[in-house]
Amino acid sequence: MAYWLDMDSFNGILKELSADNVVYAPVKMTGKGAFSGTDLVAYREISGVEQIEFKEKSRFSPKEIVFPITQTLLYFTEEEYAVPGTGEKGIIVFCRPCDVNAFKRLDEIFLRNGGRVDSYYRELREKVRFFVIECAESFDSCFCVSMGTNRADGYDVFIRAAGGGFLCDVRGDLATLFEKFGGPAEMSLRFIEENKTKVSIPESVDQSVFGHGIWREYASRCIACGRCTVSCPTCSCFTMQDIFYEDNPNRGERRRVWASCMIDGFTAMAGGHGFREDHGDRMRFKLMHKISDFRKRFGYNMCVGCGRCDDVCPEYISFARAINRVDALMKEAVENV
Amino acid sequence: MSNPYLPFRAAIIEVRRETAVDFTYRLEADMQVAGGQFVEVSIPGVGEAPISVSDFGDGWIEMTIRRVGRLTNVIHHLRPGNSLFIRGTYGRGFPLERYAGKDLIIAAGGTGLAPVKSLLNRYGGNPGEVKSLTLLAGFKTPADILFRDEIERWRRQHRVEITVDRDDAGGWPGRVGLITGLIAREPISQPENTVVIVVGPPAMMKFSTLEFIKRGIKQENIWVSFERKMCCGIGKCGHCKIDGAYVCLEGPVLNYTTAGRLMD
Repeated sequence: MAYWLDMDSFNGILKELSADNVVYAPVKMTGKGAFSGTDLVAYREISGVEQIEFKEKSRFSPKEIVFPITQTLLYFTEEEYAVPGTGEKGIIVFCRPCDVNAFKRLDEIFLRNGGRVDSYYRELREKVRFFVIECAESFDSCFCVSMGTNRADGYDVFIRAAGGGFLCDVRGDLATLFEKFGGPAEMSLRFIEENKTKVSIPESVDQSVFGHGIWREYASRCIACGRCTVSCPTCSCFTMQDIFYEDNPNRGERRRVWASCMIDGFTAMAGGHGFREDHGDRMRFKLMHKISDFRKRFGYNMCVGCGRCDDVCPEYISFARAINRVDALMKEAVENV
Repeated sequence: MSNPYLPFRAAIIEVRRETAVDFTYRLEADMQVAGGQFVEVSIPGVGEAPISVSDFGDGWIEMTIRRVGRLTNVIHHLRPGNSLFIRGTYGRGFPLERYAGKDLIIAAGGTGLAPVKSLLNRYGGNPGEVKSLTLLAGFKTPADILFRDEIERWRRQHRVEITVDRDDAGGWPGRVGLITGLIAREPISQPENTVVIVVGPPAMMKFSTLEFIKRGIKQENIWVSFERKMCCGIGKCGHCKIDGAYVCLEGPVLNYTTAGRLMD
């Protein structure tokens, strides 16, 4: 069912939902950008629809809502430990179609890979309802169409901001609430059907490209800062970390914190031995995971083509272009056979 | 909801000194173990690390732990009566059914002897299970030799060859030289009926495996055990991934037909 709501009535809905839900949305924070005089768009808890940034792309993805940057797994004392709760409230996430698709990929890793369920992820994930913001137009670096992630399913509400109000396609039990505040309307869903950036995914990538010179080129550019993986909505790696409280060293926490295959120490074992010291090898490893390794396990690609990694790279490395270069190398290899 | 990250407390029953930096800890723990698998060992407030199970029996497991970092430094101060927190077991162990009736050669470098210790003990007690068993073990120096008592026992049950890379102190009566030298000289009468396990540091595994292949051992008859950073042990944290393989899930014991193709 579709409904039309003006700003006040949409806020009426948010107010009612806020009783049982925490609502997250992309928010523009003036002056908080990476460069002076720029703004940051990232996910924050909101109370009104006017706080939501509908136009610009968020620098960070909504993954941190379900997979927090730092998450306490256990609180411990000398003798015992306790598992923190996540509260009673549901979670509403305003996000783009690519982001909904990204959660599907996080689900594969946290809920299915290896046959064990990550209970911390599941507890938060089960609370989530998606309010999908329609993409009116593609951003320059997006390549969702190439990745097949331009369309979103599995949402509760699909929103088009238009004419000072909101046209909403509502599924499931929220229809009652929307009926209370909004008027009936007609809506046909629109998705991005073409991006300026296009990638061609190689059908298979073999190790013949592993030793290719392009990785040395990336090695000379990449500074291993990990921004690409931090902004990526599908990067799910983490490291365990124990801390104890300064004022009471007998008490502490076991946490997990985001980790990045691009950053030094990712593979370092006790004793100092590590793998993929070369930044170009890390780029190759990340690319292979996003467009090949994950697909071999789960049948589709990990990358959702949101282009955030290209937006944030301080060295102007384009992941989309890297995919296309690998594709060209593979095609060359086939022609040369 | 079952939480895969919850460790349980396991009391230390016994601590044995192997070398100046390696100690074996026997823990009271009721776990299903296959030789070659690992557990996540932790001390709250200090940290957690993957450690291979070196031996196990009814109600106990053993781990041989080298003092190399923050956690293991603290572990080395623990005594019987103290406890460690553990969760697991994780990963795939050695496929014993593939070794039955074969000539089995185990090549171990340094602490790589720990993950195969349970196998050596097992075949010592069940001599008919494999056709023959040979242990080739290499250590840096005589002072680094692990499991000296067990090695003496294994010598009475199997063929055992020990070598050290160098004998700085002098007086070592045994062989000096790399383990690849032992492999090159090893009499292998029926390479097609010989299965091989190689465990040790990355360079040792690489060159030992190549040497075995040179000796006519088929790739599908070679198994290695990989050591990687493994924070979760259950395929979530991503640290141990090589190519498409998660070492904590598909490994740490891998057949060479898989392991040989993985590129970091």
